[in-house]
Amino acid sequence: MSVLIYASSSDGKFKKSSFEVVSYGKKVAEELGTKLIALTINAKDVTELQNYGADTIVSVNNEALNEFNAKEYASVIQQVAESKESKVVVIDSSIDGIYIGPLVSVALNAGYASNVVDAPSSTSPFVVKRKAFSNKGFNNTEITTENKVIGLAKNSFGIHENPVTALVENFDALVSEPGVKSISIDKAIGKVTIADADVVVSAGRGLKGPENWGMVEELADVLGAATACSKPVSDLGWRPHGEHVGQTGKPVATNLYIAIGISGAIQHLAGINASKVKVVINTDPEAPFFKAADYGVVGDAFDVVPQLISKLKDFKAQNS
Amino acid sequence: MKILVCISHVPDTTSKINFTDNNTNFDTNGVQFVINPYDEFVLTRAMWFKEKQGATVTVVNVGSASTESTLRKALAIGADNAIRINAEPKDGMSVAKEIAAVAKEGAYDLILAGKESSDYNGQMVPGMIAALLGYNFVNGCVQMDVDGTHVTATREIDGGSESLQTSLPLVVGGQKGIVEESDLRIPNMRGIMMARKKPLNVIESTNSDNATNSVSFEKPAPKGAVKLVDAENIDELINLLHNEAKVI
Ligand SMILES: Cc1cc2nc3c(=O)[nH]c(=O)nc-3n(C[C@H](O)[C@H](O)[C@H](O)COP(=O)(O)OP(=O)(O)OC[C@H]3O[C@@H](n4cnc5c(N)ncnc54)[C@H](O)[C@@H]3O)c2cc1C
Ligand SMILES: Nc1ncnc2c1ncn2[C@@H]1O[C@H](COP(=O)(O)O)[C@@H](O)[C@H]1O
Repeated sequence: MSVLIYASSSDGKFKKSSFEVVSYGKKVAEELGTKLIALTINAKDVTELQNYGADTIVSVNNEALNEFNAKEYASVIQQVAESKESKVVVIDSSIDGIYIGPLVSVALNAGYASNVVDAPSSTSPFVVKRKAFSNKGFNNTEITTENKVIGLAKNSFGIHENPVTALVENFDALVSEPGVKSISIDKAIGKVTIADADVVVSAGRGLKGPENWGMVEELADVLGAATACSKPVSDLGWRPHGEHVGQTGKPVATNLYIAIGISGAIQHLAGINASKVKVVINTDPEAPFFKAADYGVVGDAFDVVPQLISKLKDFKAQNS
Repeated sequence: MKILVCISHVPDTTSKINFTDNNTNFDTNGVQFVINPYDEFVLTRAMWFKEKQGATVTVVNVGSASTESTLRKALAIGADNAIRINAEPKDGMSVAKEIAAVAKEGAYDLILAGKESSDYNGQMVPGMIAALLGYNFVNGCVQMDVDGTHVTATREIDGGSESLQTSLPLVVGGQKGIVEESDLRIPNMRGIMMARKKPLNVIESTNSDNATNSVSFEKPAPKGAVKLVDAENIDELINLLHNEAKVI
């Protein structure tokens, strides 16, 4: 028996979420009194994973897997899980992780709990806490099948160092002709994405028009943050759809979320509530967002944001 | 082309979420139920295939009789017929098995679902249906076209999009983009009248096994009061973020 985690990588490099998934897998393996196996696909420095407790690293290298393909990746996870008799498989909650989770679950005849936010509260019965109702609640879910698949919510368990010396094994996975083929990828290069960011700077209709986003981008730049927006802003075409966050947009679970000129409607809050620290800048002291915020500035964005940029620049200069 | 659209019946996005029976059940008191927002997008795309390419559109829900109002709304928007699989949904796996059985029986070419239902946020039913049937699967789909059995689709990826090619039979987990918000349809009087005459077949469930059980619910911990910082004292905000919150 073992616990298996899939450590996703892009261009051979692990994402931070992978270290969180390893940390989580280690905790589950300890509770079950078993070993943690980390699976990597076409990743380079695989031994990095031993810092977080991976006892065995199974490295799959295959050109046919250079481009992500949900069905093929799920099949590789299945092959490794079966060969290692893994009873619990943990996957991250990235867009790709969510794509493969249900496929792995069916392939392994395993119950699947997605958006899990904590280590199992008990392993027999096996109970995990997961997000539900768009962050307005949590559900404690028992997985009743012998095999189990867990989708770990981002920034929920944290990264925990736990250095071990891992055994590295190569694994020859069978890959078939994909039924869904990737033709091209369209992606802004060098831009911090909402999924990867530790900080997100988000702005709403209070900014009046797309021409005023320069200061939002500058603030994001200073903080190494991704930019986001409320739904009406993307509906109006002021910002690309990919920046829309909230219940019906992208979820945000960052360390810091700065909301500028956003009223804080329930559908907006539902998508960003999982962020640890929320700062709100709004002219209206009655804006509902202040009730959900940790820090607030009642003031005009066109006055506050430029000040914040210049003071943050000073702060960065002193602290670097 | 035969299209099956999976419709989940969920609390309106403004609903206050409460739990009853010692936090073991969702409190439906005063909650208004609607078509899951993501499902509205894929249903509207199905209407386009119906009008432009002569597709037939069936909507399906796994649920009790209380979900029929939602299915009637989908019929009023323009679906040809509806199927309700009579079962309280137990988990994503059992729902997917029920729908997969109907999809196979009816030989649907295209199965459209939302990428996520806004109640349990499972993000699993469409992928499970595809895996159970061995059909092709595109998740997070923001654009799709069908030509014969050939399909081109675009899915959202982190920081951008990916163009894909695949073929029918296909399962899609869709979201905004597959049609625009402004294209969403509200049922009109004529649609509502016509929906009354359209078939809504209730079929018994196959009692598919569930793989997970809900044990209990919790609400998020209450939040402390906001700390307000004067707009003339932004240094204090930076100080708090650095020394107290430790996020910069
Ligand atoms: C089914 C459904 C799903 C939805 N999903 C989402 C979702 O996922 N995400 C989402 O964001 N919304 C969503 N919404 C929309 C949501 O209800 C709100 O309408 C939306 O979030 C409001 O956006 P906003 O705060 O940018 O705009 P507004 O509500 O117009 O608020 C603008 C704010 O800016 C402030 N302001 C004005 N001028 C200034 C200034 N100079 N400086 C500082 N502040 C200023 C105002 O005081 C106000 O609080 C959804 C709605 C529905 C019905
Ligand atoms: N009970 C149900 N009946 C019909 N379709 C459903 C049901 N539950 C989920 N779905 C479909 O599956 C999608 C994803 O749901 P979920 O996996 O529950 O997040 C939804 O957008 C619906 O299209």
